[in-house]
Amino acid sequence: MTADPGTLRAVRGGRPMRSGGAPRHHILSVLVENKAGVLARVAGLFSRRGFNIYSLAVAPTDEDERFSRITIVVDVETAPLEQVIMQLDKLVNVVSIDELSPAEAVERELVLVTVAVGPTERSQVIQLAGVFGGDVVSVGGDRLTIMVAGRPEKIDDFEGLLEQYNVVELQRTGRVALPKLDRRH
Amino acid sequence: MKLTGAQALIKSLEMQGVDVMFGLPGGAILPVYDPIIDSSIRHILVRHEQGAGHMAEGYAMATGRPGVAMVTSGPGATNIVTPLANAYMDSTPLIVVSGQVATPSIGTDAFQECDITGVTMGITKHNWLIKDVADIPRVVAAAFHVATTGRPGPVLVDLPKDISNQPMEWYWPETIDDLDLPGYHPVTLGDPVLVGQAAELIASAHRPVLYVGGGVLKARAAEALRALADRTGIPVVTTLMARGAFPDSHPQALGMPGMHGHYTAVTAMQRSDLLINLGARFDDRVTGNVRTFAPEAKVIHVDIDPAELGKVRMPDVGIAGDCRQVIEELLLAMDAHGDAPVVQDLEPWWHQIRQWQERFPLHYSDDDGRAIKPQSVVEQLRDAAPPDTIVVAGVGQHQMWASQFWTFDSPYTWVNSGGAGTMGFAVPASIGAKVGRPDRTVWAIDGDGCFQMTAQELVTASAEQIPVKIAILNNAYLGMVRQWQEMFYEERYSEVYLSPDLPDYVKWAEAMGCVGIRAETPEDVGPAIEKANSIDDRPVVVDFRTDAFEKVFPMVPAGASNDDIVVHPDQAAQR
Repeated sequence: MTADPGTLRAVRGGRPMRSGGAPRHHILSVLVENKAGVLARVAGLFSRRGFNIYSLAVAPTDEDERFSRITIVVDVETAPLEQVIMQLDKLVNVVSIDELSPAEAVERELVLVTVAVGPTERSQVIQLAGVFGGDVVSVGGDRLTIMVAGRPEKIDDFEGLLEQYNVVELQRTGRVALPKLDRRH
Repeated sequence: MKLTGAQALIKSLEMQGVDVMFGLPGGAILPVYDPIIDSSIRHILVRHEQGAGHMAEGYAMATGRPGVAMVTSGPGATNIVTPLANAYMDSTPLIVVSGQVATPSIGTDAFQECDITGVTMGITKHNWLIKDVADIPRVVAAAFHVATTGRPGPVLVDLPKDISNQPMEWYWPETIDDLDLPGYHPVTLGDPVLVGQAAELIASAHRPVLYVGGGVLKARAAEALRALADRTGIPVVTTLMARGAFPDSHPQALGMPGMHGHYTAVTAMQRSDLLINLGARFDDRVTGNVRTFAPEAKVIHVDIDPAELGKVRMPDVGIAGDCRQVIEELLLAMDAHGDAPVVQDLEPWWHQIRQWQERFPLHYSDDDGRAIKPQSVVEQLRDAAPPDTIVVAGVGQHQMWASQFWTFDSPYTWVNSGGAGTMGFAVPASIGAKVGRPDRTVWAIDGDGCFQMTAQELVTASAEQIPVKIAILNNAYLGMVRQWQEMFYEERYSEVYLSPDLPDYVKWAEAMGCVGIRAETPEDVGPAIEKANSIDDRPVVVDFRTDAFEKVFPMVPAGASNDDIVVHPDQAAQR
């Protein structure tokens, strides 16, 4: 949904339904002008209005160097999604906002993790990375760094399975997302 | 044509039709002050940068044109942060140009450096740090466009000193497309489907109220509102920001709603079955406890800022659009109904409203004339004032009495600090209003606490021959805080006493080049006002020594339900 204030329909109750296991987060794909301070404006708005961010990823768009895309995962428990979108839309540097509900989006995330390994664990961790389609990206005398990319739930699972090992450092990127394609097109 | 950045900035302001600006020079803005000597723009030299900001706001609120202020970097810029925050809360079009240290020095903690675009990010509609001299005309044009369209608001343009000194080839952006604002598209026309739904809701309501906010004034919609009120016969409340948008003398006017609103305005909203919110924002000072506010009312909410729709109270019909255009669309939709009535029979509703008005009019006791009552001063100022006098207030008890007891009969005659509640607003804002409307009498009704915060700007007024009139309702206290301590802190008065005669306001006024007058007894009030009104060649300050124990009624205690409105003790038996 592109935020189009002209045709806003008021909704009673405000917050999106979350019964039946509906997710409490939504993904906003925000196209912004590639200008100094834009990220501070967006982040400042969230903190000023008391909206929570789960994760945030920023990169220039391929299409046009004037613009960047910020992917924000928003906690919709803290504020009605409509409010978040409408307040974001007021930022002069925000060009457009696409709301991606998790059911209609492809989401991906990447994790880098360094694990301290003894001789027996080394092969187990390498095997585990293989199961998750990951790569060993750096090898030290008693450490391995592994990269895994995929759906955020998959990263969660991988992280969970690593708990029995000695994780030295772990860094997730936060998710990026695009709309799911319609099969008919 | 080759210009320096500084010359291009001043020329851009001229291109925008700026006739006056308020400011104070300093190191980083020095280059821009040189071409001012040769410019058609009148520059008013203030004594403190906060004064420049509030003057520009007063100018904007009285004229509808954007106010312009110019300051230097660092402390010059931070001194105007309060006016920016004030203008942001009250949606006032304000353009601030600030000097900045030279670009190679930015980020080095240079002398008088401050990251003012960072500081003001949350209290401006947008701000710009100019890094290329060629951007100056475009950014100035964009700044005016953003400040004055959609929901108006303050903007800041930060200009580094080296950029001011660089040469550039002059141009002027011809169209909005040249402003490089790909993300800025304010809506003005309401969705016709929603307007039709609003007309249907109005037609079926039995206890409707037109809840009119500052957006009606911003949209120059007072005439359209009058037509809607006349057409429908619906009662009208005007918020603190909308006083004057609908004539107080009109039989449908119920006055101001809110914490210190008229009993009837507060109660009519509370009992309403349809609130027609035009350019108001369900501010906490209007709603009281939101959960118990107007529990039976459906809501039509018209606002040019879509983010206001559903921010506090979910509307049944939310229309993003300019108040004037939407009201006009609504009237057309009613015309299209043909002979069908546009409203229900509102007689039973009016019968109820008249009862409230008879039982709980605004009231104060004159206590047999022992002391000057502040409300009486406002009434006597009002009765002696020429039509369309502009009234300016600071923040506190005096502000509430001014709003309650003045009779506002035309738009843009009331200038005050609403959302931010900025004490010290009145003196500089009245100067700005008088500069914008030299044909009008401008009375500032101020408190003694407020006056002390910004009084030095009367030096500016004297030097620039701006004959404003200041009525200090001097009760020797921070009166509103004193009132809360009396009512809610068991009369434990903490740090609210100011003294009636320290400073000596008459001597202070005279030292600043004004006429100083004192009124100590109720008999002094009339002659003091008469004398003040007879002076038109310099500013006048009248020190009214008012009753320190007077409180503002009615009052809805903070966080309480509007159902629990506290009336004047004389009226309490009638509840």
